[in-house]
Amino acid sequence: MANARPEQRSEPWKDPGAQPYVRLDKLTKKFGDFVAVDDVSLNIYRNEIFCLLGGSGSGKTTLLRMMAGFETPTEGTISIDGVDVTATPPYERPINMMFQSYALFPHMSVQKNVAFGLKQDRVSKGEIDDRVAEILKLVRMEQLAKRMPHQLSGGQRQRVALARALVKRPKLLLLDEPLAALDRKLREHTQFELLNIQETLGVTFVVVTHDQEEAMTLATRIGVMNHGEIVQIGTASDIYEYPGSRFVADFIGSVNMFEGRLIEDEPDYVRVASDELGGTFHVSHGVSAAPDAIVWVALRPEKILLSRDRPDGGGDNRVDGVVSEVAYRGDQSVYLVRLASGRQMRVTQPNMLRQGAGDRIRWDDKVWLSWDSSSPVVVTQ
Amino acid sequence: MNAGRPRFVTAMMGAGFLFLYLPILLMIVFSFNESRLVTVWGGFSTKWYGELFRNEQVLGAAWLSFKIAAMNATGATILGTIAGLVLARFGHFRGRPLLTGLATAPLVMPEVITGLSLLLLFVAMEQLIGWPAGRGITTITIAHMTFSMAYVTVVVQSRLATLDESLEEAAMDLGARPAKVFFLITMPIILPAIAAGWLLAFTLSWDDLVITSFVTGPGSSTLPIVIFSKVRLGVSPDINALATILVLMVAIGTAGFGFYMQRQQKRRDLDVQRAIAANE
Amino acid sequence: MTLLRKRGYSGRTLVTAVPYLWLLLFFLVPFLIVLKISVSEIRLAMPPYEPLVTWISTQVVGLRINFENYAFLFEDSLYWKSFLNSIRTAGISTLICLLIGYPMAYGIARSKPAWRNLLLLLVMLPFWTSFLLRVYAWIGILKNNGVINNLLMALGIIDEPIVMLQTNFAMYIGIVYSYLPFMVLPLYTSIEKLDLSLLEAAADLGCRPVKAFFRITVPLTKSGIIAGCMLVFIPAVGEFVIPALLGGPDALMIGRVLWEEFFNNRDWPVASAVAIVMLFVLVIPIMIYQRSQGQQIGGHP
Repeated sequence: MANARPEQRSEPWKDPGAQPYVRLDKLTKKFGDFVAVDDVSLNIYRNEIFCLLGGSGSGKTTLLRMMAGFETPTEGTISIDGVDVTATPPYERPINMMFQSYALFPHMSVQKNVAFGLKQDRVSKGEIDDRVAEILKLVRMEQLAKRMPHQLSGGQRQRVALARALVKRPKLLLLDEPLAALDRKLREHTQFELLNIQETLGVTFVVVTHDQEEAMTLATRIGVMNHGEIVQIGTASDIYEYPGSRFVADFIGSVNMFEGRLIEDEPDYVRVASDELGGTFHVSHGVSAAPDAIVWVALRPEKILLSRDRPDGGGDNRVDGVVSEVAYRGDQSVYLVRLASGRQMRVTQPNMLRQGAGDRIRWDDKVWLSWDSSSPVVVTQ
Repeated sequence: MNAGRPRFVTAMMGAGFLFLYLPILLMIVFSFNESRLVTVWGGFSTKWYGELFRNEQVLGAAWLSFKIAAMNATGATILGTIAGLVLARFGHFRGRPLLTGLATAPLVMPEVITGLSLLLLFVAMEQLIGWPAGRGITTITIAHMTFSMAYVTVVVQSRLATLDESLEEAAMDLGARPAKVFFLITMPIILPAIAAGWLLAFTLSWDDLVITSFVTGPGSSTLPIVIFSKVRLGVSPDINALATILVLMVAIGTAGFGFYMQRQQKRRDLDVQRAIAANE
Repeated sequence: MTLLRKRGYSGRTLVTAVPYLWLLLFFLVPFLIVLKISVSEIRLAMPPYEPLVTWISTQVVGLRINFENYAFLFEDSLYWKSFLNSIRTAGISTLICLLIGYPMAYGIARSKPAWRNLLLLLVMLPFWTSFLLRVYAWIGILKNNGVINNLLMALGIIDEPIVMLQTNFAMYIGIVYSYLPFMVLPLYTSIEKLDLSLLEAAADLGCRPVKAFFRITVPLTKSGIIAGCMLVFIPAVGEFVIPALLGGPDALMIGRVLWEEFFNNRDWPVASAVAIVMLFVLVIPIMIYQRSQGQQIGGHP
């Protein structure tokens, strides 16, 4: 599980001496007047699984296609392992791509599909057979080597596409929405398979996706994209717990966002007064902003405690309201609580007790919401 | 997608098909007519078929038409496929609008204009460089290729427009240069369209009268030219016999092809179902 | 290949050049030659026209441009009457073709999928048999002692044969008959792409079927209608065979005029002038057709 790995994995992006494996330098792509990718610079390190996460139109697919060689950058350069490949055509780059539609050649068997890349490199027939067999075993498709693509299910096709892209042992593997076409159960299963394969082969992955769950499961680091720019880069927890902007906070997971005014600004804490909240936030980390500045506070729903009784302590980090909606989701319940200011706050609570046991919170109940001072995040943009 | 057909539509469809086939059916019936007159039934006879096979003029013309049609179809398919590829895949380039216009104009150009212009070209060329010397098979084939390639271009271009470009991109990504991508991936997949184009070009050439009349020379009478000269005089029924043979050949050919395609489709559907059911 | 690349040519340029050069030489240049000859004079020789450019002395070049041929076309009523008649005939035939072809295409598109290919094949089949022979067959049907007249007389419905051959009526039948597949196929392509749920939505909102047809189906199949009409109208204007076989001696069709000018009168310059004027007349429909095709086919913009 990638989430368990960070302590074991090295974090080369934190090491100033580490050499990036892939360097994107001031990469821009314009289609006429429309800027699809806007001055993107990025370092990707060996063995990373780097996820480009963004909505449609964010530029992530264009960026990926530039790395593959299917789009020529308007400005900027791309280097792989120290070699500038910006002007190299796609058939000469040490990069392979797994397409969203899989793009299996319909007139060739699984075997021939996977062998195609090796044949172009004029590898000897014996070696081709060996390497194809090896990779098919890795993706568990060795029994179906003679089948034609139309005789395969969606999940099987995906595995063949993966095998075909990996058999050449590329320096970089690009994956375009790899899990988008799979149904939910298969998606989870395939996520873990992908991680295992990546570990086994030691290939650097760049994945493009719009699905944050996918990004958070797979990625060593995520680059969030919006309007052609990378707005934040970090590990899954960095991005989720420390969003750098309202956009990122809102894009990843759900969030309660409040506008407020900075009333106390100390190095180790700040206080923000918010009319939308009808109270104050006491946030236990510093923020660099002008005094009295307008800031936003982001608070994740799962970090809020819901109770009938007024919590002890001072006036910060608490507010009262009335439950306006309850949504039962099996493992958790989502509550919308209307505050005196008129705003609604979204709170999720795990369903620790079964239905019928204990005192369940219902519609129109008066409740208190409270949270720890380390939970809110102040963003200034 | 079965919205059902209003009765009016079905009736019109039936009438339309009847209209299309009435002359053909009459032709077939009267090819077996004992009497020479096309409109009087004199009894069943196959004598016109016998006469047909003795009519050297007609047979010779048919063979010539066949040769020209085959050469034309092959040449037009090559040119048309290239043009279709360029228009569908090469994006913007200087001179693209002109190529588009030139490549598709022959589809709608009246044949008298195309025929006249090509003849004048051949005459001018002969004066200037001595080739083509006189008019005959060569000029006919060149003329046919010029107009039938337009049809192949359209067929290939529209097929390529529906072909998922990621297949060609994947091939390039795996190391194949553009030429290899075309021959190893694109062409095998669009082969049915190319074959359809070949057949179309063949038919157009085989049946062409007007353009051929302009660019032909002594000794190169194709079948349509022979038929036309006979038609003006009053037709002998051996022509009916020839037409019947052609119709039957085409009908059997397409029926056979149709059955073959049906079987292929059934097999594919079965495969797809099996794959979905197994769903490993 | 690398040698050419040094000079700035790539494989792509070569590939593009092959059909391009062919079409330039064998399609575009001929039109220029026709233009040139249309402004020259006829002479009794082979080729039967005066050369355009002559050396008057070693340094002076004489250019004989003669617009007499065009003037002749406008003066002699035969020519402009033929033009008008051709356009009218082609127009009416196109309309009839549309009225017959649209229901046919619609019917095929709404048939069960298994039947559709068969029906399309049946539409194409006549196209693959000899065009001349099919037109000829109509002679046998329409002539005075032809099938129809014999039948009607045998049934006692008429006493004297109805003159159908060598009339405009016969020409309309001939053109509609020959060009029907060209109308049906583009229409079918367009109609087949129509999203049925649009019609269901219209019905759900209270729109009667006939109204829905004219307000939804027809506009959405516009590209097919235009393509089909152009594919029939433009070549029909210049038709020769059908007027020659089915039309009367006074059936003034411009294609026939051009043929006779060329083959019977051996007047290449006038024939060329006729061709050029025909091109002018047709250039707008041709452009309409090409624009509608460009929108339909796709590929790279």
